Amino acid sequence: MPQNPYILKGHADRLAKWLVPNLSAIHLVAVFIALLLIGLLLVPVAQVMIVAFQDASTGAATLQNFIDFFQTSLFRESFWNSFYVSAMSVVVATAIALPLAYITTRFHFSGSILIQSLGFIPLIMPPFVGAVAMQLIFGRNGTINLIIREKFGFDIPFMNGLNGVILVQSIHYFPFILINLSASLRNIDRSMEEAAQNLGSHGLRLFRRIVFPLAMPGYIAGAALVFIKVFDDLGTPLLLNVNNMLAPQAFLRISSIGISDPMGYVISVILVIFSILSLWASFLFMRGKDYTTVQKGGGGMAKRILKTREKFLSYGVVIFILLLVLSPHIGLLLLSFGTIWSYAPLPDGYTLQNYVTMWESSKTFITNTILYASIAATLDVIVGTAIAYIVLRTGIFGRKGLDYLATAALAIPGVVLGIGYLRTFHNLDVPFTNEPMASWWVIIALALMIRRLPYALRACTAALQQVSISLEEAAESLGATKRRTIQKIVIPLMAGGILAGFVTSFATAAVELSATIMLVSSNNDAPLAYGIYLFMQTPSGRGAGAALGIVAVIVVAIGTIASQVIIERNKKIKSTGDSH
Amino acid sequence: MKKAGIKIENLHLSFGETEVLNGVSLEIKPGEFFAFLGPSGSGKSTLLRAIAGFGPKPKGRIMIGNKDILGLDPWKRNIGMVFQSYALWPHMTVRNNVGFGLRERKLPSKLIKTKVDAALDLVDLSHLADRMPNQLSGGQQQRIALARTIVVEPEVLLLDEPLSNLDASLRVQMRRELLRLQRQLGLTTIFVTHDQEEANTTSDRMAVLDGGVIQQIGSPQELYDKPSNLFVANFLGTANILEGKIEILGNNKRFLTKTGDSLSLSEGSSTVGNYIILRPQNISINHKKSKNSLPGKVRHSEFLGSQIRYIVTAGGTEIVIDQSHRAGQDWFANGTDVHLLVNTSTAVVI
Repeated sequence: MPQNPYILKGHADRLAKWLVPNLSAIHLVAVFIALLLIGLLLVPVAQVMIVAFQDASTGAATLQNFIDFFQTSLFRESFWNSFYVSAMSVVVATAIALPLAYITTRFHFSGSILIQSLGFIPLIMPPFVGAVAMQLIFGRNGTINLIIREKFGFDIPFMNGLNGVILVQSIHYFPFILINLSASLRNIDRSMEEAAQNLGSHGLRLFRRIVFPLAMPGYIAGAALVFIKVFDDLGTPLLLNVNNMLAPQAFLRISSIGISDPMGYVISVILVIFSILSLWASFLFMRGKDYTTVQKGGGGMAKRILKTREKFLSYGVVIFILLLVLSPHIGLLLLSFGTIWSYAPLPDGYTLQNYVTMWESSKTFITNTILYASIAATLDVIVGTAIAYIVLRTGIFGRKGLDYLATAALAIPGVVLGIGYLRTFHNLDVPFTNEPMASWWVIIALALMIRRLPYALRACTAALQQVSISLEEAAESLGATKRRTIQKIVIPLMAGGILAGFVTSFATAAVELSATIMLVSSNNDAPLAYGIYLFMQTPSGRGAGAALGIVAVIVVAIGTIASQVIIERNKKIKSTGDSH
Repeated sequence: MKKAGIKIENLHLSFGETEVLNGVSLEIKPGEFFAFLGPSGSGKSTLLRAIAGFGPKPKGRIMIGNKDILGLDPWKRNIGMVFQSYALWPHMTVRNNVGFGLRERKLPSKLIKTKVDAALDLVDLSHLADRMPNQLSGGQQQRIALARTIVVEPEVLLLDEPLSNLDASLRVQMRRELLRLQRQLGLTTIFVTHDQEEANTTSDRMAVLDGGVIQQIGSPQELYDKPSNLFVANFLGTANILEGKIEILGNNKRFLTKTGDSLSLSEGSSTVGNYIILRPQNISINHKKSKNSLPGKVRHSEFLGSQIRYIVTAGGTEIVIDQSHRAGQDWFANGTDVHLLVNTSTAVVI
């Protein structure tokens, strides 16, 4: 009797299923992403950790590197300086953000719109770009001090050493505190305050006992973010020539002594530990403290109309702060159009020559930037969308792990990632050549991709969360396969969010310096941010550097505005879809 | 506790162009449980907030006892207010929430503890003193908000829709508890609500507001039985409104409907007006014509359990009639010609 072929086929099927349980396209994607994240994030960072705890010559596990670190006075000083600069930046940033947040949320103040739009401008400029311009305005022989010296005969050391770093960083990063604090203040229901007034409390006492504690979680979130960003930043201290801080020391050790020197790794470990500590501390503080108290139909805090005198005072404070905040931009603009600007309040004359020079010598920087940022942003949204889908729509084992791993990049400073890549990829060759991978330009793009992935992932997750599952189920019930549903329903509905994620990733990747500065091996491979850094090294190059800086600001500004417009338009489309 | 009366004279308040309170005058007796009842936008909450001192300053007079408090800062008024959202501060324990007002009054901490304990005892929540507000249920939060307010011994207690965030069964229980506490403390209390049942079951007297104007003041029964205008009649329960005119023939008054049917009115009723108001339970439905009945036709009927509700066209309009239901009783089918027997002593002429 001939054997029934169907039975045989059935066995083969079952065997395949047993060997590769439930293998589907989405599983393959998940595995691929996991490998990508392990290879490009986990392994390099682990490398850094391992080297820090290894004896440089024997490879044995040791704490000696850390002992050496703390026995070297330069490193102790750098450690203390980094800590001091970060803490002081938080203090100064708070001093800038608190009045702005308070005035906009508590009073009917016509300048609020000014604060809301101009208050965020610092974020569209990489901090190191403004550093040189700040030097020219606030430095020892800068505009302000020249005027003060002439009139009063003394100097104010705004930019001396660490002061300069603190000033530049706090002006750059205060919007993080402003955004979070304002949101917190706005989320306090007016009945919270009224209940206290009803029970006999008012004025400063009311602020201290009710308003401030309720706004605290938002403030802490913003302050922690500022602390980490400043602690990790490499570009600003480098450009201000302040080298006795942790990130610059790591960079200098690796770039001058080489990748076998353990001190760069020790510093990296310290940077990562501080990042994680401050994220963890702010998480601990926030836990169980969702103080959002605005009720449905409630109006947030009661806003008061200002008296004439208070109005003048408020305008004075706001205009002073905004001038301070915009001074890097103003300085950069002057520098880019100036002929010679030295020992004078303003440039000697104005010219377009800097832009011509910049254009002639920076074409490679600009094309490189566009290439790297496009690759990074494209990969970011592809990986981001895939992770978002896997986490929200599938039950794949370990899906949360992908999310956590991608998000963990937030806690890894750019310098650390850069060092990790150098160490991991210097032994590997680019396929089909003898070039080491560590100096291959693709690695720069991949580093940018990993650095920007957490933000793109959040954008994609938010976009997918807005797509109701019932829309997918409707398509499936009408006969569409999973793949067709993703193609025809999910991706088109997510498109706005994905695009916004792409634009933000692109714009911020375009001006990233701390990871790229470690990985750029030749000027031909350098992106724009590195170009600015090079220009700013020589006084004669500063004009062209400033012009390139203006280009960077414009790129980020266009990106930020575009992504806002896309998000707003998307909201509108969604809301018209919902209305009856 | 001190009992204080409240006297409001000719209160006006506008938000920009819109007049929110338009000449409100009323008097609340010491120790009275008084309700402000009205639809949303009627100005009832604004009026309450004006008494507490929140929102823009109105024109007119607000007297507590015999002092004018208008223009006084909220923290100087000694008026207790329980907010609709309870407004418990999420960063303080229950004990610190309740003790807040006492600490503002700089009482010695020992006395504060005694008073807070007593207040928590009063609302039966002593065991929750060290919890955070977000660990409490809605009903518990409500009681803590109440304890926080009465612990400072205010002269007047204001309740802004205090039951609206509770579920239905809890609401009934809480309103009884509120009333019990109010009676126990003898506090002059104003209760704002849009729910007539809440106002009816709790208040000694109430004011019905609409469009920033007080429509009528009186006890719940007075307002239900003798509404002074169509708004009050409609807002408090179901009202059948018949349009027509009054004829006086010697000692007899009768009401002629648009359809020409006549109803003789009782002696005491008003002689001016173009409408009479009849409550659904004061009309009975019959097959036979009798004296003082209106002919009509059954359009629709609904079985509501204890009652059967008929919709009957009569007197040129649709009339709602509630008949109590007994087992085995006959129904009037749709389309049946019927006669409506009207108890005219209950009819109100407006």
